[in-house]
Amino acid sequence: MEKRVVFRSAWLPYALLAPQIAITIIFFFWPAVQAAWYSFQLQDAFGLKTEFVGFSNFATLFADEHYLASFKTTAVFSLWVAVSGIVISLLLATMADRVLRGALAYKTLLIWPYAVAPAVAGVLWAFLFAPSVGILTYGLRQVGVNWNWVLQGDQAMLLVVIASVWKQVSYNFLFFLAGLQSIPRSLIEAAAIDGAGPLRRFWTVVFPLLSPTTFFLLVVNIVYAFFDTFGVIDATTEGGPAGATQILVYKVYYDGVKASDLGGSSAQSVVLMAIVIALTAVQFRFVERRVQY
Amino acid sequence: MRVRLLAAALAAAGAFAAPAQAQKEIQWWHSMGGALGERVNEIAAGFNASQSDWKVNAIYKGSYPESMTAAIASFRAGSPPHIVQVFEVGTATMMAAKGAVKPVYQLMKEAGEPFDPKNYLAAVAGYYTDTKGNLLSMPFNSSTPVFYVNKDAFKKAGLDPEKAPKTWKEFEADAAKLKAAGQECVYTTSWPSWVHIENFSAWHNLPIGTKSNGFGGLDTRFTVNSPAHVKHVAMLGDFVKKGYFSYAGLGNKGDAKFAGGECAMFTGSSGAQANIKKLDKFPFSVNFLPYHDDIKGAPQNSIIGGATLWVLSQKDKSVYPGIAKFFTYLSSVDVQVKWHEQTGYAPITNAAYDATKSSGFYDQNPGTDVSVRQLNYKKPTANSKGLRFGNFVQGRQVIEEEMEAVFAGKKNAKTAMNDAVKRGNDILIQFQKANK
Repeated sequence: MEKRVVFRSAWLPYALLAPQIAITIIFFFWPAVQAAWYSFQLQDAFGLKTEFVGFSNFATLFADEHYLASFKTTAVFSLWVAVSGIVISLLLATMADRVLRGALAYKTLLIWPYAVAPAVAGVLWAFLFAPSVGILTYGLRQVGVNWNWVLQGDQAMLLVVIASVWKQVSYNFLFFLAGLQSIPRSLIEAAAIDGAGPLRRFWTVVFPLLSPTTFFLLVVNIVYAFFDTFGVIDATTEGGPAGATQILVYKVYYDGVKASDLGGSSAQSVVLMAIVIALTAVQFRFVERRVQY
Repeated sequence: MRVRLLAAALAAAGAFAAPAQAQKEIQWWHSMGGALGERVNEIAAGFNASQSDWKVNAIYKGSYPESMTAAIASFRAGSPPHIVQVFEVGTATMMAAKGAVKPVYQLMKEAGEPFDPKNYLAAVAGYYTDTKGNLLSMPFNSSTPVFYVNKDAFKKAGLDPEKAPKTWKEFEADAAKLKAAGQECVYTTSWPSWVHIENFSAWHNLPIGTKSNGFGGLDTRFTVNSPAHVKHVAMLGDFVKKGYFSYAGLGNKGDAKFAGGECAMFTGSSGAQANIKKLDKFPFSVNFLPYHDDIKGAPQNSIIGGATLWVLSQKDKSVYPGIAKFFTYLSSVDVQVKWHEQTGYAPITNAAYDATKSSGFYDQNPGTDVSVRQLNYKKPTANSKGLRFGNFVQGRQVIEEEMEAVFAGKKNAKTAMNDAVKRGNDILIQFQKANK
């Protein structure tokens, strides 16, 4: 027999859901619809003259090769952030899982960076890597590396990736650690008795069992790289040099907020929205099937 | 100072205590942080103490783009501030917003306040007047790029510390000597486009765009890919390669590099000297920007940066006379002299300049008058009056991106400046469409 609590009242479930729905509508749907609406308009900054221009904003956008380059930049950036973030945190989590003494201290220290705001993380790394006074720059100079991210696009990209990953590793770490601890010891011990070494145990037992966590983190990390890293970039490279770190969300902000180009900025955010919806759909539809739960 | 502030506070308190007449408030949004913000508050307090009908509230709203965006947003929401400080690149956007702004010349005329644009420094007022010579916003803080030399570094390299290079040729010769003497950072700059494109153009009497740099209409297009521009940018790229130019980044990032004593030469805002002086790490000189002596007519005059005060259209028209009174107070000689001397910004009126000069301030503080002399070097031409390009926040970003590509050795100067013009023109066309 099914054991379920059923609300008999017709309105109570709706009333209970109402706050959540209201928040979703006011803070998510309404702005999204407004962005979509603005993306079809040509407006001056003050909104004195508004003209419906159909897809003209999108046409302008896709005719701009620098906008297209921004896609590539975003793809490269997100991939780096998500993959290296997950790999590093998985490594740290496996290590922390084996530690017996002082485990709490390790864990606490590893979780700390998550409490740092993205902008602060950005500034921190920018200082360490500052082209002339940074301590890490000094070290790199000693080993013969000419470090100057203010001018070198690849280095600027590396800097924002490092800052973004550093911040996100804690989050990934927490989930991996929880995932590792939920794997029954007996499974690993059985594998050990059968003669599997630590590496083999990891790849054949632990990693498959962690796949739901990994998959979840992949989605979260890509969304993080797409949106939340804005603060890191704004505080360090501001999209430069020569657009080398201008990811899509930063361009949306710059054009909309700093340059008061509402139509163009809205069109960009609609495109961004479409990308994230598509990415999430693909991930859940195709990747999730191959994940063992 | 303290006594005066106290008096102001007492006067303000007195005004509250005896509201015989209802006092009207004027909201003034500005972007002057730190010490500059204190000066702004003093101006507001001084005005409030000088009369009892009006009360100016100076409110710090963040950086220039932030306060401009905030003002636009609140205009769209129906409750704009009365006065907003807008930086020079936002000028075209404000000007095109007919109906959203109240032109200052109209405001002053309607209120019957004495107001003659001729009293204002030509290089300052010219930037903000329409084609008929009417001043549309109230000049407030104006600076211009100047050329700084670290005298210690010059001495170390065996150069005469009192002789700053005047032309780019001399500059290169000195740079080579500095480099040979082991100077790590020979030269750096702040505001790449403002210094090396916009002011470079004015200083050499070259157009930045058609239609008198945009003053003549919205159908203006960029011309920064002229042979002279390409040559200058190529020279900078070459300097990077030779190690004469350590690029510091966008905005005022170069300021700290020079003020910290790292670089021997520096181009940046005249407003930067206050901070260099405060850090006091080395003796320095303030000089005219170097020029190319093979370009005819150079040097001409430099153009300003900084911000002006725009009056936004109000539903309640009865506040306009109060704003006009405040502007009269703001441009009075005493207020301007103090502002100029304390902040390093250019004085906005000729009278304030003369008063500062006759008081001997420039003799005691060498270098402080370089900005004014450079702005006034020759009578401004159509090329050196200023610039007025729509969405120039984006336009400048495009130009700087292309400059960075040259500095990084990714593009040659010609391709980069052609691309800057092409991309910049797309932005101008978009602006023209949105504001026709």
